[in-house]
Amino acid sequence: MKVGISLVVIVLLTAIALVGAGVGLNFVFGVIIPYAAIAIFLIGVVYRVLKWAKAPVPFRIPTTSGQQKSLDWIKNDNLESPHNTLGVIGRMLLEVLFFRSLFRNTKTELKDNSKLVYGSSKWLWAGGMAFHWSFLIIFLRHFKYFVQPTPKWVMLLQDVDSFFQIGLPIVYITDFLILAALTFLFLRRVMDSRLRYMSLLNDYFPLLLIIGIATTGVLMRYFIKVDIISIKELGTGLLSFHPILPEGVNPLFYLHFFYVCTLIAYFPFSKLMHMGGVFLSPTRNLANNNRAKRHINPWNPEVKVHTYQEYEEEFHDVMKAAGLPLDKE
Amino acid sequence: MFDGGKIITGLIIFLIIITFPVWYNAVNGQAGERPEIEIATKDTPGKNECVLPADVMRTDHMDLVMQWRDEVVRHDDRTFKTENGREFTKSLTHTCLDCHSNKDAFCDQCHNYVGVDPYCWDCHIVPQDFEKGVK
Repeated sequence: MKVGISLVVIVLLTAIALVGAGVGLNFVFGVIIPYAAIAIFLIGVVYRVLKWAKAPVPFRIPTTSGQQKSLDWIKNDNLESPHNTLGVIGRMLLEVLFFRSLFRNTKTELKDNSKLVYGSSKWLWAGGMAFHWSFLIIFLRHFKYFVQPTPKWVMLLQDVDSFFQIGLPIVYITDFLILAALTFLFLRRVMDSRLRYMSLLNDYFPLLLIIGIATTGVLMRYFIKVDIISIKELGTGLLSFHPILPEGVNPLFYLHFFYVCTLIAYFPFSKLMHMGGVFLSPTRNLANNNRAKRHINPWNPEVKVHTYQEYEEEFHDVMKAAGLPLDKE
Repeated sequence: MFDGGKIITGLIIFLIIITFPVWYNAVNGQAGERPEIEIATKDTPGKNECVLPADVMRTDHMDLVMQWRDEVVRHDDRTFKTENGREFTKSLTHTCLDCHSNKDAFCDQCHNYVGVDPYCWDCHIVPQDFEKGVK
């Protein structure tokens, strides 16, 4: 059902883009929508991150899998249970770049109706890594359509990505990796009944949208060729605030572009914000030093305290008269 | 405790990185400049018209060149017939570069513009450069 709604939305978006490009609304799809999408993205992301920044830092939750720093002669693991900033940076890098905690993923299964079996399950991790890294590399490769002259690092990136020199235009490894990973991630949600039960519209929609983006991109590169000179003119024009509308660009490009604009505009409202959110995971970005450092809750009311020293001063004479022992004497 | 300072620093770094195309274009000032290609042709009969229509060549020339390579190398099929019956030898250096004799002002213009680095020239020479004695 939720897959159905997502599919209907995608089909509607496709129809809007194709009809729009067909009747020559190039200015809308080539200039207005991209600028609006970028504005929504930037404002939305800044708004949400600032909102997060206003939240107090919680008490450290040491969900660790390594020995905590304690006595000198007990060997500690500073990556799995960091006690200082350096360790935290290391753990964050492992998390952000290599999805360390997903690598620990386990699967629970009932075998022969009676035996409960736990096993390591790396498939989601592998699919996630393949998808995210391919997406990043493809995004960076696209910078050649946004800037002029094409930077050296983009050339290097596409040289590495086309390493196998298969076909012409040379097949990019990431193009096929991302399609394979997306197919896996989608089938995983649809075929596993437990996962299907907890999947929501906002799980399916971005997945299908990105599948649409990747498919149209692959189509344009390998099968239905488009005039990329004009497309670069449009891209660089947009990002230098002198929009140019080239003539005769294939509607397939406008479809690809419209999907991307939809994704960008949808980004701040969706779970895609985990791009920024991952950096704010309390169990990852806080050092495990609860005992070494005192945590003060920012919303604690100020407690008026009356120390023994103050008490003794106040009742000094009375206490002395009663013959009570005094610290000060 | 609040981490607002660190989060805002991170956010600013993100905004600088994500707006890279804007300031890169502003610094270089070359955005939106369409490459100017010189389409050199020969005014001899049968040579002033390309083997396929220009808009097809613009998007699909790489497929044609690749197809020619396979047909020549694997099937010794060296003649290409256009739709209006003209015949051409399937050859990059002898046919394509015979008319478009200005690789720098023709091929390279667009290829450089969109960051395409074709490996044609790993094996092929440019006859005009060869004549001039340029390696």
